[in-house]
Amino acid sequence: MTSLLVITVLVLLSIAIWQMTKIFDLTQVGASKEDSQIATDNDNNVQGYLMFGFLAFLYIFMIYGLFKWGPLVLGTPASEHGPDYDNLMYISLAIIFLVQAITQVLLHYFAFKYRGAKDKKALYYADNDKLEFIWTIIPVVVLAGLILYGLYTWTNIMFVDEDEDVMVVELYAKQFGWEARYAGKDNVLGKANVRLIEGVNTMGVDINDPNAQDDIAVSELHIPKGKKVLFKMRSQDIIHSAYMPHFRAQMNCVPGMVTQFAFTPTLTTDEMRQDPNIIAKVDNINKIRSAKSAQLVAEGKSPLDPYTFDYLLLCNKICGASHYNMQMKIVVDTPQEFQNWLKDKGTIVKAVKEEKAAKEAEKNAAKAPTQAKVADTALVATADDKVVVNK
Amino acid sequence: MGAAAHDHDHAHDHDHAHHHKDTFITKYIFSIDHKMIAKQYLITGIIMGIVGVVMSLLFRMQIAWPEESFGIFKALLGEKMAPGGVMRNDIYLALVTIHGTIMVFFVLTAGLSGTFSNLLIPLQIGARDMASGFMNMVSYWLFFLSSVIMISSLFVESGPASAGWTIYPPLSALPQAIPGSGTGMTLWLVSMAIFIASSLMGSLNYVVTVINLRTKGMSMTRLPLTIWAFFITAVIGIVSFPVLLSAALLLIMDRSFGTSFFLSDIFISGEVLHYQGGSPVLFEHLFWFLGHPEVYIVLLPALGITSEIIATNSRKPIFGYRAMIASILAIAFLSTIVWGHHMFISGMNPFLGSVFTFTTLLIAIPSAVKAFNYITTLWKGNLQMNPAMLFSIGLVSTFISGGLTGIILGDSTLDINVHDTYFVVAHFHLVMGISALYGFFAGVYHWFPKMYGRMMNKNLGYIHFWVTAICAYGVFYPMHFIGMAGLPRRYYTNSNFPLFDDLADVNVLITVFALVGAAFQLLFLWNFFYSIFYGKKAEQNPWKSNTLEWTTPVEAIHGNWPGEIPTVHRWPYDYSKPGHDDDYVPQTVPMKEGEEELHHS
Repeated sequence: MTSLLVITVLVLLSIAIWQMTKIFDLTQVGASKEDSQIATDNDNNVQGYLMFGFLAFLYIFMIYGLFKWGPLVLGTPASEHGPDYDNLMYISLAIIFLVQAITQVLLHYFAFKYRGAKDKKALYYADNDKLEFIWTIIPVVVLAGLILYGLYTWTNIMFVDEDEDVMVVELYAKQFGWEARYAGKDNVLGKANVRLIEGVNTMGVDINDPNAQDDIAVSELHIPKGKKVLFKMRSQDIIHSAYMPHFRAQMNCVPGMVTQFAFTPTLTTDEMRQDPNIIAKVDNINKIRSAKSAQLVAEGKSPLDPYTFDYLLLCNKICGASHYNMQMKIVVDTPQEFQNWLKDKGTIVKAVKEEKAAKEAEKNAAKAPTQAKVADTALVATADDKVVVNK
Repeated sequence: MGAAAHDHDHAHDHDHAHHHKDTFITKYIFSIDHKMIAKQYLITGIIMGIVGVVMSLLFRMQIAWPEESFGIFKALLGEKMAPGGVMRNDIYLALVTIHGTIMVFFVLTAGLSGTFSNLLIPLQIGARDMASGFMNMVSYWLFFLSSVIMISSLFVESGPASAGWTIYPPLSALPQAIPGSGTGMTLWLVSMAIFIASSLMGSLNYVVTVINLRTKGMSMTRLPLTIWAFFITAVIGIVSFPVLLSAALLLIMDRSFGTSFFLSDIFISGEVLHYQGGSPVLFEHLFWFLGHPEVYIVLLPALGITSEIIATNSRKPIFGYRAMIASILAIAFLSTIVWGHHMFISGMNPFLGSVFTFTTLLIAIPSAVKAFNYITTLWKGNLQMNPAMLFSIGLVSTFISGGLTGIILGDSTLDINVHDTYFVVAHFHLVMGISALYGFFAGVYHWFPKMYGRMMNKNLGYIHFWVTAICAYGVFYPMHFIGMAGLPRRYYTNSNFPLFDDLADVNVLITVFALVGAAFQLLFLWNFFYSIFYGKKAEQNPWKSNTLEWTTPVEAIHGNWPGEIPTVHRWPYDYSKPGHDDDYVPQTVPMKEGEEELHHS
């Protein structure tokens, strides 16, 4: 299919070029004798028309793209600030398309209309302060509006009120995976530092900190619908970026500091799966996947799983060889489901104690000299391990 | 030389024939003639451009047909980097990194600005050479050396630098994080340090030359806009490149001497590193303090070239000469206070984000003025559709299309969800990549007769332009959509995300456009190299232009003018001026009695 597409495009292009060279040759019939490499009236004519043709191409391509690829872009936002974000985006896009449509017409149409000829003379027109003023003031007004609206939205999204009722969750990044830590009943995260990383305590939580006693670590992020979640982000090695496109949310995770981003999820995973945009998108993707599966089966390989929608957390800052596969599933639950899910999770402190006890027991039982670091290295893969070469 | 050359003009003229017995080495290799140095920059830039573009094709093929085996990968990357013809995932990142570095610095900074500043500054202001011909030569050879080091980094055991062209630490600081951050990164930093030294020498030379060596009558308001652009570009370079040098030096300290400027609290490969108290965000600030002005270092020369070519080929004065200068100055000033828009979500204080949003969106104003002035220059012109003119019109088109999406990325709010996606890739490739390349091509087509005394073939130029124009939009327009679909850039493959399966077709289309577009650059290369030797002999002033470079003889000589340096009597844009027989009035033509000059106070 792909190769067919490629071949078709190549064939069409070569035909186009062949035709173009023919046009050039024909236009040169009269002028070819003088062999001038400076544009003649003929050239001006042909190139002027081509400018007009290019304008048509640009318009058709732009409109075609809107219809063909427009549906691919992110649909319904799943966070409270999402609609504001999308609004601002649509207003900006509308302005962009309007300005683009007008300026490209003027540019290419003038290039066509005023194509040169021997007997023509250009207008000596060097200055007009009024015109300069007009096209200075129009962008000023438009941009002032955009800046004000943008900054208003930015402030609403980024500044979290201290007294606000939020749920604190830590997002923890490392090559090449994510973890999350819930602050527990006290809603305060215990202190943590990479120097305390050991065994199951993969996030380096200070287990002696009173605030850490009820902290819970998970590898799949669940958040309750309708509750504002304040994400505190950390990284243990290099800069990552926590990108949650469906929530219009992103913030870098920087080693040595804590960054933050807050949003309120407004659609549970189940609700989002019922969204008409998502249904259409999933159908389309599954069509593509089943076609690919059929091909794979024919080659004797295992088919692809069908796709069901899930929110995702992606890494969006180049972070190493396996950057392209650093993801975590996000589930938005109803508050009740969320409580049920969280209920069964043990605290980090408990896990650390259990590990210690298990180690003690093992040591006493076998007295084997080399066993301590196994859990450690398995969890923290080295860069070299992750330079995967072949499937 | 400098002032001394001025004082001894006459002696110089008489001695000319006797004194300059150049050997092959002094003429072609260690030349101090600005025209030869310009050609050296041009050829080196073209060679680096070929490397950079081929790299982009390789990683575009990997994106379109992920983890497939290609003979070309095996041939170009070798068994180690592409085992069985399948590109390794860290090598993908290495290609992305080196592509960015080469295109931004080696092609669009040195190749574009180095070529045309060197060629045109002395010729268009009426000087015999640069203020310091020797420093100019050193500048080129440092650039050459840095190119050689950058290319040689491709061959080191652990692979070239792979941390992205922005080389954010800790990724760029720790070989444990990615193999390319070993020797490859060291060579990258050394190469860039030398490159910066080269760039500074060049820039200082340009600034001093423009200020001191203008010929009689050539006031600042009679300078062609090309010179204004090169002049301001050099100033921006002098202000911002040293900051990158300091960032690079601090990074070298962190990497090799155990300091903690940019690193803190790191646990990697199962061990805690000793770094404490540094901040990667500090590096981001230092990097983008150059990184953003760099965009204008790349773009302004292209806009300057376009201004000159559009005016000449429209047979009309450039519209709003003073407004154009004011815009260049405004852009230059603003460009140094907007770097934070690359860092809205870096963890920087959100209040700073507000400030940078404000300053960033202001840049749209001088940019809009420039775009409208170009369009108005075309209005009621007598457009001579030479290949250089087509590329200049193309530049205005991509400058607008690419620049407009800047109001999305410059807005901190909107940046949240499109930051580091393909939307960004589409934006900056159109507005600075393609636009600057068009400026480069326009410049080459236009001043080829000046450089080589011959003409390039216009029909090949036309085909080159039209295929390039279609492919450029074909590559970058669809990218906006996949970016808005949430697809992050710098992903080796998207197949781990079923969510993005519906974007695969678009990626194939983009790659096909890229391959076709790149293939047609061969046409340009052939035209360029063939015409150097076999092109039609050029006339002295083939485009009927007003500027001084066309008053020099076709056969270039060291010192530029065989007799006295010409005196300038008017601004460079007297095209189709009423009261003159020809539709152009060179700057050397004295004012007629009662003739009024625009803009000269």
